[in-house]
Amino acid sequence: MKEAMEKPSSQVKAKVVARDFRLYYGDFMALKGLNAAFPDRSITAIIGPSGCGKSTFLRSINRMNDLIKGTRVEGEILYEGKNVYDPSVDLTWLRSRIGMVFQRPVAFPLSIYDNVACAPRVQGITKKSELDEIVEWSLRSVGLWDEVKDDLKKSALGLSLGNQQKLCIARAISTNPEVILLDEPASALDPIATLKLEDLMWTLREKYCLVIVTHNMQQAARASDYTVFMLGGEIVEVGPTRQVFTNPKDPRTERYITGKLG
Amino acid sequence: MYNPRRAFDSQLAKLDEDLLAMGREAEAMLHDALKALAERDVRLAEKTIARDDVVDRYRFDIETRAMEIIATQQPAARDLRRVFAALSIAMDVERVGDYSVDICKLAIRLAERPLFKPLVDIPRMANLVVQMLRESLEGFVSRDLALIEKMIKDDDEVDYLYQYLHDELCEFMKKDPDLVDQAVPLILIARYLERVADHITNIGERVFYVETGELKELHQ
Repeated sequence: MKEAMEKPSSQVKAKVVARDFRLYYGDFMALKGLNAAFPDRSITAIIGPSGCGKSTFLRSINRMNDLIKGTRVEGEILYEGKNVYDPSVDLTWLRSRIGMVFQRPVAFPLSIYDNVACAPRVQGITKKSELDEIVEWSLRSVGLWDEVKDDLKKSALGLSLGNQQKLCIARAISTNPEVILLDEPASALDPIATLKLEDLMWTLREKYCLVIVTHNMQQAARASDYTVFMLGGEIVEVGPTRQVFTNPKDPRTERYITGKLG
Repeated sequence: MYNPRRAFDSQLAKLDEDLLAMGREAEAMLHDALKALAERDVRLAEKTIARDDVVDRYRFDIETRAMEIIATQQPAARDLRRVFAALSIAMDVERVGDYSVDICKLAIRLAERPLFKPLVDIPRMANLVVQMLRESLEGFVSRDLALIEKMIKDDDEVDYLYQYLHDELCEFMKKDPDLVDQAVPLILIARYLERVADHITNIGERVFYVETGELKELHQ
C-alpha cells in the first residue's frame, strides 16, 4: 500500500495538470498562476490557511466555479491532456469523469438507492438490472453495501453523517470517474468516522486520482501521498507528504505546518 | 475487528521488519568477527568491516522512517512508544556493528602470530552475546518479556566472564610480559563484547518500556 508513496512523483502518471492557471472574481485575482500535477492512483492534499484559494483551486478542476458570477480564468487545467475550459468540453461529461464530494454530506432527500442511481440515470442508463449493478458496486466500493443492502429504499437522511458522506462518495463514483475531488470531506465527522473515511480514501486510491482540500493538517499528513501548500492564491510548495512534513523547503510551509504562521 | 488505520499499521510493521533485518546483519557481523579472530582469517575480518556500511544505512533508514511516522501519523500510546523504541534500538544495534568492526581490527593484528593459548572464554562470551541479541529483537517483535528476562540473566554471565578473562589475562601478563602484545588485544575484545551486551540490555529495556510503559534499568 505504501509503495506508491516511495516513488518519486515524476514516475507517477499525472491525471490532472494545472498550467499557469489564474482565476479572477471580477477584478480580484484569486488564483495567481498555479502549476501543479495531480498523479493518478495517489492522494494529493491541498493545504493552506483560510482564504488561500485551496477550495477555489479544487473547484476549478471540474469547473464548479462556473456557477459563480463574474469568474474568469486564464491558463489551463488539463485532464487527460485536454483543457477542461475548452469550449468543446461537455460539463456533464466532465463532472462524471471528475466527481466531487463536499464538506457536509449532501445526501439527497431520496432513498439510499436513488441517491446512487441518480447520476447514472442522468447519463441515460434506465435498465433496472444495470442500475442495480451500479448501485451495488458503488456501495460496495465505499464499504457501505453490507450495512445498507436491506434498507436501500429507506431515506438516505436516516444514515449517520459518516455513512452519508460514504454515500456521497458512492454517488461520486457511480459514474465511473477517474478523479475524485474532496472538499473538507471530514470536517463534519467525528474522529473515528474521520479515520474510517481516510481508510476508504486509501482503498480508493488504488483506482482513482484523489485530491483533497483540508484545513486539518494532521489529516493531510496522515492520509496523502503528496501535499500542495497554498498561500495567498499561490502555490508555495509541492512535494511528497512525508518530505513536506519532515523537511519542508520553504520557510512559509514550515511556519504553517508547525502552527506558527500568524 | 475492522481497523481504519491499516495504512499506519503497515508502516509500523515495516519498521519492525527492518529492525529485525538490521539485527540479523549486526548478528552476522559479530559472528564473523569472532570467526575471523578464531581462524586468524584476515580476509573475513576485512569483509566484515566493509559490512558495517549496511548496518549504518539501516539505521538511517529506520530513523528517517520513524521521523516520518511521527510527523505524519501522530502515533499515540503503545504505537508512540514503539516508534521511539525503534529509534533507540536502531542506535544500539548500530553500536553492535561498530564493536564488531573494532574486534575485526584487533583480529587482523592478532592474526600475525599463533595465539599463546587457545580461545575458550571469548567464544563462549560471543555465543552468549549473539544469543542475547537474538532474544532481545525477538522479544521486541513477539512482545515476549520472558525472552527479555532470560536475556538479562545472560548478561550477568557475560559480565562474569569478562571479569574472569580480564583477571586471568592480567595474571598471564604479570608472569610473562612478552604476552602483552596478545593479551591486551584479547582483553579489549572481551571488553567490547561486554559493551555489546550492555547495548543489547538497553534494547531489552526498550522492549520492556513498549510493553509496560515503564522506563527502568533492568540490570541490577
